[in-house]
Amino acid sequence: MSAKPVNQRAWWLVLPVLLLVAFNAVIPLMTVVNYSVQETFGDNQFFFEGVKWYDEVVNSGRFRDALKRQLLFTGIILAIEVPLGVAIALAMPRRGAWASVCLVLMSMPLLIPWNVVGAMWNILALPDIGLLGWTLNKVGFDYNYTRQPLAAWLTLIAMDVWHWTSLVALLAYAGLSAIPDAYYQAAKIDGASPWAVLRHVQLPKLKHVLTIAVLLRFMDSFMIYTEPVVLTGGGPGNATTLLSIDLVKIALGQFDLGPAAAMSLIYFLIILLLSWVFYQVMTRGEEQA
Amino acid sequence: MARIRLEALRHSYLKQPARDADWALKNVDLQWQDGGAYALLGPSGCGKTTLLSIVSGLLRPTSGRVYFGEEDVTGQPPDRRNIAQVFQFPVVYDTMSVYDNLAFPLRNRGVPPAQVDARVREVAALLDLEAMLAQRAAGLTADGKQKISLGRGLARSDVNVIMFDEPLTVIDPHLKWRLRSKLKELHQRIGMTMIYVTHDQTEAMTFANEVVVMHEGAVVQVGTPVELFERPRHTFVGHFIGSPGMNVLPCEVDNGVPRFAGVPVPTANAATGTRAGARTEIGVRPEFVRFADEGVPVRVVRVADAGRHQVVETRHADTVIRVLLKEHETVPAEHAHLAFDAAFTRLYVDGWVAGETA
Repeated sequence: MSAKPVNQRAWWLVLPVLLLVAFNAVIPLMTVVNYSVQETFGDNQFFFEGVKWYDEVVNSGRFRDALKRQLLFTGIILAIEVPLGVAIALAMPRRGAWASVCLVLMSMPLLIPWNVVGAMWNILALPDIGLLGWTLNKVGFDYNYTRQPLAAWLTLIAMDVWHWTSLVALLAYAGLSAIPDAYYQAAKIDGASPWAVLRHVQLPKLKHVLTIAVLLRFMDSFMIYTEPVVLTGGGPGNATTLLSIDLVKIALGQFDLGPAAAMSLIYFLIILLLSWVFYQVMTRGEEQA
Repeated sequence: MARIRLEALRHSYLKQPARDADWALKNVDLQWQDGGAYALLGPSGCGKTTLLSIVSGLLRPTSGRVYFGEEDVTGQPPDRRNIAQVFQFPVVYDTMSVYDNLAFPLRNRGVPPAQVDARVREVAALLDLEAMLAQRAAGLTADGKQKISLGRGLARSDVNVIMFDEPLTVIDPHLKWRLRSKLKELHQRIGMTMIYVTHDQTEAMTFANEVVVMHEGAVVQVGTPVELFERPRHTFVGHFIGSPGMNVLPCEVDNGVPRFAGVPVPTANAATGTRAGARTEIGVRPEFVRFADEGVPVRVVRVADAGRHQVVETRHADTVIRVLLKEHETVPAEHAHLAFDAAFTRLYVDGWVAGETA
């Protein structure tokens, strides 16, 4: 066996990727880490502060309230969008012209930019001239999302459900289409009820796409910014000030770079942690399969 | 338990079948006795799976009737027909244990728990699944899963017939043989009617007492493996069954005597039913062809060693004639003559054996 010459020059080939990752991820992130441990004054004067900002953020009522609102919002929309999306996917026709029509209709909301969605609902729900707001008031509801926190929340949730349930439905539809006919035929022969087919054939086969759907919807909804800002700017009061809105207020409104940077990192770690928990819970028991 | 009778079944997947080719099944009449082991054999697209789906009730035929015993079940859904089916790809309920899989069809039918338990254990014993009852079904190998699919059918006491749709497709070759003998053994032990769909002649021949050969949506012959081998009713059967398949030689019929290459070829059947313009052919299996001093002159083209025997390919003009020789028999040099064993040589008119009508 002839010994091959050892050559380390191949490492240079990795360089472009390393540079790319460094410029779009590592360096910006490290800048944030850098800000998060320092106090900033004018004239580019920085003083090292250690974990002071982290301590301040974690212990501030303002951050905790925003986090609670965020968890509540994400919890509610997941609880609505996932079952609703699966239900819609189950009801969609499998083949024929109507299948294509449904797919196109379901994709429409996904193609609309976030700020346009916000603006649409803002106008739609206006109590005096918006179709929805005006109708609600006409039939006897006292509805004004710019003044009532509950109304603002309901509008925000309705908007998100309208915008994103399609994503869950389309993923679930793809998952359902991938189930071989033999499963349905075998279930029919075994005398399974439609409920048993859902419980023992369809849902287990949908598990993987639903894991993806839940993770995507969790991460996206946890980072939601544009729609509530366009709708009410986080109000009334702080009623719909979710984490990202609060962050922007601190960073750009008050220009507190240190606390904003610390909050960004905490925010990022929360998303990472919760995604990991979701993933673990949903793929539990896989290894023996 | 019941006899199964199919009457004038026709099926098309198109809404308005116009041409002959639009029909997946063209007028099938069949009878299966209670407790028999049957195979439906044919190449892909011959209609065998369509026929099976009609028997199981997953498909409603365009026309014709299906009878179980005296009852007309044509319009009944599969769960009312008391049938079981094993599919090409193993179907198990992933989230359930092996035990729950086997119990599933019984629980769906409201069988009392004590009885469910007894049946499940009985079936598990029959299929050698006892050790894995508590395991999750998703973790089993393909042959284990296929046994579960079969077990769900066996567990039910009301089953008229178990149908297999190419059940060994995804099984490893060395396990195929074991599962096949297991099926055969099961059939002998429980005496349930079994219908086995396959395109593999070895599977069909080893499993079934009676094989139904299908071709382009029609049944071309029903018979025991020996009948199919020795007396093919159609050139397709001769060609499809056997390895290598039957030699089919275009011939002329002259005063009731078939002639190939000018040489008269005596056949087992009389040359009746020949018409002007009909396609006439001589069919003879390579097993029944031998080299002789006189007969059909041929050129030896190539010899293939197939272990215990040799396959000799010879040609007369453009017609290939294969000869099967034993391991050590000598193959003549380039030019030779062939003789056919008259008892196993038949004349075919338009594909069908002369003297019988399709």
